[in-house]
Amino acid sequence: MAKLLRAPWALLLPVALLLLWHAAVAQRWVTEGIIPSPEQVLRSWHTWIFGAETKSLSPYSGTWVSNVLYSSRRVLQGFALAAAVAIPLGLLIGWNRLAARLVDPSIQLLRPVPITAWLPFAIAVFGIYDASALFLIGMGAFYPIVVNTTHGVRDTNLLLLRAARMMGADARTVIAKVVFPSALPSIFTGLRLGVGVAWTAVIVAEMIAVKSGLGYVLWDAYYVGRMDICVATMASVGFLGFVSDRLIVLASRFALRWRALEAAA
Amino acid sequence: MSAVAESAARAIELRGVWKEFVKGDRSVLAVEGVDLAVRPKEFTVLLGPSGCGKSTLLNLVAGFELPTRGEVIANGRAVTAPSPERAVVFQEPALFPWLSVYENVVFGPKTQRRAPAEYRARAEKILEQVGLAGFGAHYPAELSGGMKQRVGIARVLAMEPPVLLMDEPFGSLDAQTRTLMQELLLGVWERHHQTVLFITHDIEEALLLADTVCVMTARPGRIKKRITVPLARPRPIEVTTTPEFNALKRELLALIREESVRAAADTAIGPAA
Repeated sequence: MAKLLRAPWALLLPVALLLLWHAAVAQRWVTEGIIPSPEQVLRSWHTWIFGAETKSLSPYSGTWVSNVLYSSRRVLQGFALAAAVAIPLGLLIGWNRLAARLVDPSIQLLRPVPITAWLPFAIAVFGIYDASALFLIGMGAFYPIVVNTTHGVRDTNLLLLRAARMMGADARTVIAKVVFPSALPSIFTGLRLGVGVAWTAVIVAEMIAVKSGLGYVLWDAYYVGRMDICVATMASVGFLGFVSDRLIVLASRFALRWRALEAAA
Repeated sequence: MSAVAESAARAIELRGVWKEFVKGDRSVLAVEGVDLAVRPKEFTVLLGPSGCGKSTLLNLVAGFELPTRGEVIANGRAVTAPSPERAVVFQEPALFPWLSVYENVVFGPKTQRRAPAEYRARAEKILEQVGLAGFGAHYPAELSGGMKQRVGIARVLAMEPPVLLMDEPFGSLDAQTRTLMQELLLGVWERHHQTVLFITHDIEEALLLADTVCVMTARPGRIKKRITVPLARPRPIEVTTTPEFNALKRELLALIREESVRAAADTAIGPAA
């Protein structure tokens, strides 16, 4: 009930902004032909998704789903790759002092290099193929996951480690049964940040490094002056980013049920 | 008596144990030349003012820390690492919050790869003994402080350890709950009869539980005096009101007071910690 009452408040600002946008185009507060009206964006978006009723020459007609799938697949693969490397590595860095001294400085040195700066390098090495995109997405998602996993591991309560050891746990058991579950909330934070970066990276990569997906459509539409498609693409990417974040939150709620109890207590 | 027989008569033995903590260019001497022997099945209490190094001593026996000098021996072997033979109940419950009460209790036996058939029934029985029957599926967050501490006790009992180390396990509980927990521990101990090393700064708690009370000095901690508690067992809680109990209490109070005063003076004039 309280949730239902809150909904109108959440919608207030978006609706106001939409109205303002509509008015700005209709009243010609903005230069004509540069910024499309909301209605025009919706119409183009509809055609982009479902195709035109009459035969159309528009290259965007009915291609939305395939482009969404291209981008989503890249994000999923790059993100999975990043998680598969970053979580074990983060556990190792957080747990083992030698590993930390060996690997952590390099990570901290490379981390400030923006993924956009990696673009020419990625294309030079991997060419105009999926591999370039996967490299950039994986690279971008890797840092937040590894850093948060490391933090989570280091925050593990010393008493819990001691408790496990006095109950006969060896190092492997301690990591699997104590350190990992204890770091899991942090790991999920890393995954959420990582998936956000992954969507940023996929757009950048598709703009330049490959010839499909939402990023490619965005850049292509800009070149041919289809700002309506640009705006529809932006909205699509935002929506997909939101959905992937929600999915991770859902997974974390399931995996961290015990924390909900703690918060309630 | 031969050396082997001598060590066999001691479940825990500390010989000239020193422990110094060094951090940067500061060092703290926590324990200074402690000799201590605990016989099998004996309930020994280490009693001392806060900050006297009694927890350090327990951590040394548990194997969480290694002595700077001296030897810690348990069941005839030098202690170099934690072992399920020396189970620990911590000051805080230290339960795994992501595991249910039952899963917490069977963590020890499970980790030691014992057969489920062996520990399952035992775990249920122990949960019943500590008054937590029916709470197996609950998570620690759903329990009160006293209940959590009972799970902490249940999980070490499930390991069937020959030695039980308890670091002020009831220190954070309210007075009523604490009394109940002391009665519970006495009941459990009468039944299982492990060797117990119990740490507290509470004189009444020490006298109610112990066969032997070792009074510690203020830091650096040494054993100041060893007192045998002649009170008959089983000890009901009412024993704390007898003249005999009060006489012992007076004796310990005087010993502890000296050290508390010294500790307070030390902190007052010592460098800021």
